[in-house]
Amino acid sequence: MSNLVIMPLLVPLVTAVLLIFFHKRLRAQRILGAVSALINIAVALGLVLHVRGNGIATLQLGGWAPPQGIVFVADMFAALLVLTTAIVGACCLFFAFFTIGEPRERHYFYPFFHFLLVGVIGSFLTGDIFNLFVCFEVMLIASYALIVLGGTKRQLRESIKYLLINIVSSALFVTAVAYLYGTLGTLNMADLSMRVAEAGQDGLLTLLSVLLLLVFGLKAGLLLFFWLPGSYSAPPPAVAAVFAGLLTKVGVYAIIRVFTLIFYHDQAVTHVLIGVLAAITMSAGVIGAIAYRDVHRILIYNIVAAVGFMAFGLAVASREALEGATFYLLHDMLVKALLFLLGGALIAGAGTSRLAEMGGLIRRFPLLGWLLLVAALALVGVPPTSGFVGKLLIVQGGLAEGWYWITGISLASSLLMLYSMMKLFMAAFWGEEPLHRPPSASRVPTGVYWPIGALTVLVLALGVGAQWAMPYVAMAADALTDPQIYIDAVMKE
Amino acid sequence: MKTNDVILQSAAKLVVFVILTFSAYLFLSGHHEPGGGFIGGLMSAAALVLLALAYDLDTIRSVLPVNYRIVTATGLLLAILTGAGSFLFDRPFLSHAFDYFTLPLLGKTELATAVLFDLGVYLAVVGVTMTIILSIGEDR
Repeated sequence: MSNLVIMPLLVPLVTAVLLIFFHKRLRAQRILGAVSALINIAVALGLVLHVRGNGIATLQLGGWAPPQGIVFVADMFAALLVLTTAIVGACCLFFAFFTIGEPRERHYFYPFFHFLLVGVIGSFLTGDIFNLFVCFEVMLIASYALIVLGGTKRQLRESIKYLLINIVSSALFVTAVAYLYGTLGTLNMADLSMRVAEAGQDGLLTLLSVLLLLVFGLKAGLLLFFWLPGSYSAPPPAVAAVFAGLLTKVGVYAIIRVFTLIFYHDQAVTHVLIGVLAAITMSAGVIGAIAYRDVHRILIYNIVAAVGFMAFGLAVASREALEGATFYLLHDMLVKALLFLLGGALIAGAGTSRLAEMGGLIRRFPLLGWLLLVAALALVGVPPTSGFVGKLLIVQGGLAEGWYWITGISLASSLLMLYSMMKLFMAAFWGEEPLHRPPSASRVPTGVYWPIGALTVLVLALGVGAQWAMPYVAMAADALTDPQIYIDAVMKE
Repeated sequence: MKTNDVILQSAAKLVVFVILTFSAYLFLSGHHEPGGGFIGGLMSAAALVLLALAYDLDTIRSVLPVNYRIVTATGLLLAILTGAGSFLFDRPFLSHAFDYFTLPLLGKTELATAVLFDLGVYLAVVGVTMTIILSIGEDR
């Protein structure tokens, strides 16, 4: 019993509720939000160290033992994701202080922001599949509010699409959970895993797992990413960065959790299917990234391509590939948030998101330009940065298990990712400034360099200090490769 | 021409108290009978909506000068604090306790901390329902 497991969820939850009480006092909102974000980083760090020292930590809510009660499980995989979420959340929050604008702040921006963090962290920590659904909904409802807050025409249009697609996928999620409960009679993930192992994964269960894959694929943008480019370009940059850094990654986490813990028996069907989806997603993502000449679109299609990468790591399912997928997931959360913050600052500075109307910005924003270059190199995985280790492990795993064709696709798509980012960098920062600077062009507030700088330092440190981070990732991969470790920790009595 | 709502308004005055009593009954009986915070809160909100239909929004606001967003937040805070209260006794989050007390008038009564959690749900439901209805109602 350790209440530490629930603390990363409770801190933003209490903050969100307290912020409702004085939503008109902006200064107090910012101070409370900032303090809470910093406390939560410390709490999440404490959780990671606790899991490192004592193994998987569980908390039986209300003292009811699983499978009857809801259990919160912090294995190393979840704990690392919670820590990354806390960091990304804090950086986006600090970015929002300088960019979000007073009208949005007055209309409950900060409470919604913290509720979003509650949903994301809850999804990572829960050990119960229906509770996962509830946490998804907490996250999604907060994201509906954040995407539409401000009420511009574009936001209204895109939020209708986003809402519709997520309601459909949530309904499918409930259906899948209902079938799962009807077949196996339990909702606890560890218990589900034991019962699937006992009953054997027959055709019906495999079908159910594919239904879950469809649901989480919709959330994560694995193949079914048709809703994503519109929705993620509508909200302001601080919100888009949180979405890019956290929301799709929750879907990826759910896919990895379900297919390493519960449905790992029929890999010839499920994992090959995930591999094919991953290949299509990577290809389609990079095609989108090189096709557009628009900052939003290029960054958004790079999210899609990265989701394909992580799914590829899961499809290979060897220890090496899972370590790679874990590392890449952590890296990708940081670097996607970083890129969207940089992209937001760039668009604000240039006054447009179209590359054709930019140029020569390196003279006006030298720091922004070089930071964007570093982030782009980290995204692609050039050796001293954090993207390298994850990709290397995934590719090694893919080659060792004989997935040659998809490894080829992944390497080719890395090259095209590099091309798309370099196209962005060169078109925006090099060359001559256009004759007519768009009227909406402004200076970039100096304060935004703090969160951007912090994320850049972390991305570099994660790359250079990979040796130091690897024991944690290896411990996360332990529980992913051997579900029995997870089950023993949850069902200990 | 202004319509005369005297029958509706007189009936509403009586019926609102019946509905509020019923919602209090539903709220308190949740542990042993069908009912609980959610349906109790909806029923209370229904009573307030009936008042709003019979009179108008300004009257409701002067009779009950409550900010329903604060009601929602209070409910959430109450529910969270009930869950976190177990920290004081070194028990897991959301642990509940109950005991029997001899109260004046009621005699031996079972009191549970789950009622506090339910009260949080009740307040949140009333707050959310009234916020939705009032903000749609005044938006013209």
